[in-house]
Amino acid sequence: MAEFKLKIRRYDPESGAAPYWDEHTVDLEPHRSVLEGILQARNEKDGSIGVRCSCRAAICGSCGVRVNGKPGLACHTHLDDALASAGEDGVIEVEPMGNMPIIKDLIVDMDAVHWKKIQRVTPWLIGKEPVPEREYIVSRESMIDVTQSMACIQCGACVSDCLSMEVDPLFVGPAALAKTYRFVGDPRDAAHEQRLKDLGEDKHGIYDCTHCFKCIEACPKGVAPMNQIMRLRRIAGNDFHIKDRNNGERHEMAFVNNIEKNGILHEADLLPDSYGGKFHPRAVPELIASLPIVVTALLRRKMTPGKALLHPHKAPDGVKRIFEVVEGREERTEFNLYISGTDADNAPNPEVAEAIEAAEPAGVAPDGSEGSSA
Amino acid sequence: MPAYDVLIIGAGLAGQRAALAAAKTGATVAILSKVHPVRSHSVAAAGGINAAINPLDDWRSHAYDTIKGSDFLGDQDAIEIMCREAPAEVMWLEHAGVTFHRNEKGEMDLRAFGGASTKRTAYVADITGQALLHVLYEQLMKYHEVIDRFEEWFVTSLIKSDEGECVGAVAREIRSGKMESFSAKSVILASGGAGQCFQPTTNALICTGDGIAQAYQAGAPLMDMEMIQYHPTTLAENGFLITEGARGEGAHLLNSEGERFMEKYAPNKMELASRDVVSRAEQTEILEGRGVGPDKQGIYLDITVVPRKRTLEALREIVNIGKDFAGVDITREPIIIQPGMHYIMGGVKTDINGATPLEGLYAAGEVACVSVHGGNRLGANSLLDTLIFGRRSGEHAAERALAMKMPTVSDDQLGKDREMIAEILARPKTGRRVSEIKHELGTTMNRYAAVYRDEAGLQSAHEIVRRLKEEAKTAYVDDKGAVFNQDVLGAIELDYMLDCSETIVMAALERKESRGAQFRTDFPERNDAEWLKHINVSRNGGDVPTLSYSEVTITDWQPEARTY
Ligand SMILES: Cc1cc2nc3c(=O)[nH]c(=O)nc-3n(C[C@H](O)[C@H](O)[C@H](O)COP(=O)(O)OP(=O)(O)OC[C@H]3O[C@@H](n4cnc5c(N)ncnc54)[C@H](O)[C@@H]3O)c2cc1C
Ligand code: SF4
Ligand code: SF4
Ligand code: FES
Repeated sequence: MAEFKLKIRRYDPESGAAPYWDEHTVDLEPHRSVLEGILQARNEKDGSIGVRCSCRAAICGSCGVRVNGKPGLACHTHLDDALASAGEDGVIEVEPMGNMPIIKDLIVDMDAVHWKKIQRVTPWLIGKEPVPEREYIVSRESMIDVTQSMACIQCGACVSDCLSMEVDPLFVGPAALAKTYRFVGDPRDAAHEQRLKDLGEDKHGIYDCTHCFKCIEACPKGVAPMNQIMRLRRIAGNDFHIKDRNNGERHEMAFVNNIEKNGILHEADLLPDSYGGKFHPRAVPELIASLPIVVTALLRRKMTPGKALLHPHKAPDGVKRIFEVVEGREERTEFNLYISGTDADNAPNPEVAEAIEAAEPAGVAPDGSEGSSA
Repeated sequence: MPAYDVLIIGAGLAGQRAALAAAKTGATVAILSKVHPVRSHSVAAAGGINAAINPLDDWRSHAYDTIKGSDFLGDQDAIEIMCREAPAEVMWLEHAGVTFHRNEKGEMDLRAFGGASTKRTAYVADITGQALLHVLYEQLMKYHEVIDRFEEWFVTSLIKSDEGECVGAVAREIRSGKMESFSAKSVILASGGAGQCFQPTTNALICTGDGIAQAYQAGAPLMDMEMIQYHPTTLAENGFLITEGARGEGAHLLNSEGERFMEKYAPNKMELASRDVVSRAEQTEILEGRGVGPDKQGIYLDITVVPRKRTLEALREIVNIGKDFAGVDITREPIIIQPGMHYIMGGVKTDINGATPLEGLYAAGEVACVSVHGGNRLGANSLLDTLIFGRRSGEHAAERALAMKMPTVSDDQLGKDREMIAEILARPKTGRRVSEIKHELGTTMNRYAAVYRDEAGLQSAHEIVRRLKEEAKTAYVDDKGAVFNQDVLGAIELDYMLDCSETIVMAALERKESRGAQFRTDFPERNDAEWLKHINVSRNGGDVPTLSYSEVTITDWQPEARTY
């Protein structure tokens, strides 16, 4: 057992008083969850602490909160990890999620934001006709693939800290767009194009995401909403020729080419490449506009002026081989949580498998999440 | 007062399926749930759902396995219906959008599960319950114009008319504290199980037996309450479930000597024998000193024998649970498990259409007892039960409603429930804490009403439950507010749990034999001559339950010795 100090953000709408911090010391094994800490305080000291919870096992999606400022599930955050990310005073801070109105203590109004956005994306299967007598015959991979977005438990952690939503509250948002992929990636759905048109033309739709990665970081189930959004865009552009309003796709290609060429990300090339090369006329105003980013990168020593001009990196063989394998595929395959780590096992010949193994740092799944983040 | 043809209490799989079925007939429908529907406990079901969809399989084989699994206490007419209708139901789910795992040919894949004679379990990785529940909720959103949802509304009582029929329910909007009577021609209870009567349990914090207690209070009989399932593989520390899918994929159970001990208990089915059989085998190994772990109260579950790729693809949740809640990488090392309280086979007695003996009241899902599970439920049969009997009760409740007039409902019960809440809020700080009583109840039940039971233990459990019932009357709450007062709801749930526990213990005391999940060390044999019958418990107005019996329906399958 060990003692942990929890500071819970309280708010009582009936009292007329402002929100305040309420501190409790709890005694639990370090690998127990922040939720168990809150519940111990509630059971033993103050029954009026408001927090939604049910399963205790990261599956019902009730207990989304912010721990030390980061969104996640209280039941899925170990006390010792929370302590490690706490401030110098060693007090774990628990607050309600952001981007949603607070009802009481840690309880937010998900209906007003989250569920409204889910309802916005026509969240049900529009089955292909004719409906077969038995099951639809679809590929094994396609069902495993959509299972990643099916794994969303609608906890709202991604919504809590979505940068675009802070700026544009009307943005459809990470969870609802991940839900959209669950249909657009589903070969049984008959409305892929309509769905993408709908959310491509809506200026708060798929092109309103700024790639801040916050939703990927926040998601306790490895849904990686931003990745699903990127895939929606890719399908919209490649398969249905829907116009990208924000240049996102070209930016993505620039990333890919950059890594193929350099082995690691060579940031100086990235922006101009996104706009068709350094001397493309369109690049000039954009480059000027993004000057602060380049400057910050310089300041943070991500890039040196020398590096920005020369190309010190050559793509190592492993990276090249990944590109060969991926680009040698007949169909576009997308990396996915449930298929992760199995590419090598699936490889048709041992040589390719070896190449993949060699190129993949141990424990890191191809989607970039560390094995599993869920 | 809101009025509906069909009022559904509970929005897990049973409730949502009932709502969709009732709405399809044109009836007006409302569905109430104390948590947002997708938070319902059905979301936690991992392993899958049984249906004889393989052309080489036969629903009769599924029925036989279910009957044998039930230790011949299941009602065979109901089991036949469930197994016969299963394939069509699973196809309906597939068409609604459930992303069932496919085989190489693109057809639905099936996995092995305990007590089944062939691979018969359809699944979505190991998030089957979540996938089903979220897809049904997609359908509720689709039909939002014809199904009214009352999310985060807590039902406190059923309303009965002067004629003794069930005509509605009283509920509290949790967010505002507002209390309201709902009138209805038919009411369907779908409010889930009562796992929280036990500590630890695989069940969520919301599984507090509300519906079972409300029906009991309203005079409906409960059946098979003594039948409590202990799941063979729960995490020693906190009771979390490791799905049977793990054993279905080939995982082994090992004792401290590294022995696959199921060879001794079920030489044919090994780890995939019925749950009661496996749990007892584990408990025996532990009692005889061959347990593992710090206090030797555990057993090793070895999943490393399953290919890693397969584990990552089909058992991902379990990989995560191992990592996050036990600090173990199950693809590389065994994990320590033990039998843990998981499911209540008993519940509100219903017929094959979900109708209870209380006119106007239907029940479906874990709250109900049809009885398709009898003495022991097979894995992956519960999701099926919720859907088949959820649908059937939705259809029948609607049919009944469409043929009658809206009853007039008084606000008497509403007044009583308001008073009850005011009384709880007014209690002085001299009593015990709700959480303290709940904890004592849970550990008591887990000690005396578990895998092995006997007269003396059950007697002490009974005495303790009676004492706790008294103490609960003065248990105080800290929260005096109206908005999201979870404290006062906790006090009400405690009363429900105590009612459920009392009936469980009394039925277990009554059944003087060993059958299915009930193993009496003082009566270790099954005794068909005397006990091939259901025990019913009802309140009948008094404070102490009365017991009676009902027949087991047998169609084609005569009781026989049960070996695996
Ligand atoms: C961890 C775990 C894994 C499982 N895995 C499987 C599996 O693989 N296969 C299988 O077949 N079965 C499995 N089961 C069993 C199965 O999940 C449950 O029996 C089934 O889901 C119960 O569904 P339900 O609709 O009856 O109730 P629930 O899903 O529990 O829903 C109950 C509903 O009632 C509502 N409610 C309760 N009380 C009130 C009240 N007072 N007022 C208003 N609303 C109320 C709740 O809000 C909820 O919406 C598993 C169970 C557990 C615990
Ligand atoms: S990546 Fe896009 S969707 Fe995700 S949090 Fe950032 S802006 Fe929002
Ligand atoms: S995508 Fe992840 S973080 Fe967002 S709601 Fe779903 S499970 Fe929660
Ligand atoms: S309590 Fe269910 S997700 Fe945390």
